[in-house]
Amino acid sequence: MAENVALTGNDSAAYALRQINPDVVAAYPITPQTELMHKFAAYVADGEVDTELVRVESEHSAMSATVAASLSGARACTATSANGLALMWEILYIASSTRCPIVMPVVNRALSAPINIHCDHSDTMGARDSGWIQLYSENCQEAYDNAVQAVRIAEHPDVRLPVMVCLDGFILSHTLEGLEVNDDQDVKDFIGTLDRPDSLLNVDDPETFGMFTLQNYYFEFKKQQVDAMEKVPAVIEQVGQEYGELTGRSYGLLDPYRCEDADIILVGLGSTTGTAKQAADDLREEEGLKCGVLKLRTFRPFPAEQVCRVLSGADITGVLDRAVSFGLGGPLFHELRSARYGETAPMIDFIYGLGGRDLSLDNVKDIFRSLAEARDSGQTEPTTRFVGVRE
Amino acid sequence: MSRDVLEIRWHGRGGQGAKTAAAMVAEVTVEAGKHAQAAPEYGAEREGAPIKAYTRISDGVIRVHDAIYYPDIVIVLDETLLDTEGVQEGLSEDGILMVNTSKSPAQVREQLGLEGRKLYTIDATSIALEEIGRPIPNTVMIGALVAVTGVADVEHIKKDIDKKLGGKLSEDMLQGNMRAVERAFEEVRSEDE
Repeated sequence: MAENVALTGNDSAAYALRQINPDVVAAYPITPQTELMHKFAAYVADGEVDTELVRVESEHSAMSATVAASLSGARACTATSANGLALMWEILYIASSTRCPIVMPVVNRALSAPINIHCDHSDTMGARDSGWIQLYSENCQEAYDNAVQAVRIAEHPDVRLPVMVCLDGFILSHTLEGLEVNDDQDVKDFIGTLDRPDSLLNVDDPETFGMFTLQNYYFEFKKQQVDAMEKVPAVIEQVGQEYGELTGRSYGLLDPYRCEDADIILVGLGSTTGTAKQAADDLREEEGLKCGVLKLRTFRPFPAEQVCRVLSGADITGVLDRAVSFGLGGPLFHELRSARYGETAPMIDFIYGLGGRDLSLDNVKDIFRSLAEARDSGQTEPTTRFVGVRE
Repeated sequence: MSRDVLEIRWHGRGGQGAKTAAAMVAEVTVEAGKHAQAAPEYGAEREGAPIKAYTRISDGVIRVHDAIYYPDIVIVLDETLLDTEGVQEGLSEDGILMVNTSKSPAQVREQLGLEGRKLYTIDATSIALEEIGRPIPNTVMIGALVAVTGVADVEHIKKDIDKKLGGKLSEDMLQGNMRAVERAFEEVRSEDE
């Protein structure tokens, strides 16, 4: 039976991993992910999972061992944050290009320097071209639900790609919330078993992975990754719908909130979108501003068509970016603007919360108000704005 | 924040259990069928450093994930923070301030120059030393919070203390925590007294 429990984001992701019961988990601790693997290691020690937990000496090794396990036909998972993800870099690309359906919770944290343990999205944003699917979580419930669904998405025969389940460091990872967890057997039935006939250990049909290809074949491998990514949106929607039938909580690529009649829409990722939804409600009630929020659950593949459809009726769109591409601006903003090529309705980028700086409900209301002002005055410059930073 | 969410801000020093207290209150209210959220505000993690923790409680879904700026209740676990932390900042007009101190509510009111609001004090450190043998005031402050506001059921709190601390503390210290919670009901001081 499904039950209501109070868990932190780390514990909810660990709870999902317990129910997934991976064959192999290889991991290395890094704040704020440490508690997640700490909890999962306790499940292993208590015999609650059949997982072989491989304790490695670095994240580079963690991802290497996870890839090796996956290519051997095992269901393999790991988890990390920030600098740990950065140390995995080389192997991230190998995981996706050898088509390993790895599921990896990433507890979002700022990259050094200066050293900082708190939340922003600079870690996963940097990995956006690594060939991984990226799902972002608004709350602990979604961190749990996304982890369970990620297994089905990653292992779908049309997809066979790794998935990052992103959850905001501290803001979710260390925040206790009530959530509903599924029955163990329901999760087991939902994810089924991994069917990977082309594994390294299948001696009847031997294959090689990550072999040497030059001008002759490399390009074809890359095109296959492109083609696989194109099939992902339909799979995410199908899995999200099936999950809804099981749990009552359906998921799609996006989560538009009060966007149907909204004049002003704020687009974002992760936990901040919850605060933005509250701000939209408050401003509709208190100031008559028709605000909406568009949460992107999926950032890779980028749901360009679907996003454009939701934004088509808005007078002005704001984008919340918790990362910065130096010399360009916010990554979400620039992808969104590119997706909307040819559209004339203005867009403004709001870069916020780097290194965990809090974005308060008041801050989000001010962002909505500044969008209303820009729409009314026609003055949208500067199009990149920094929220709450000292100059 | 919409008015149907009760917001509690905890001020303490690293090692006094503010994070655990914030989580415990949230956990028991979730178990009682309500919605709740608890978050510590981490700075540099070191014993004795000022820290804040937050608890939100609501009948409906809690969507915000920001810090608490306009608390309904402020709980101060260490009286030395009264001079440095601006503990009453943003406290709502009909809010409650609860302080671990041997001083009376009137003395704390004067010290803070606080106008309006309701003020409660309790000598939680002394109670903790007597009952638990360690100067960790968090369970006493939870008891005082429950005594004054009824925000959670005391039996649920005790069960949660058992669950959370049962494996970590000796039986003596565990029972001491239970007695500490009960004594809070008797010893919390309002301004009417």
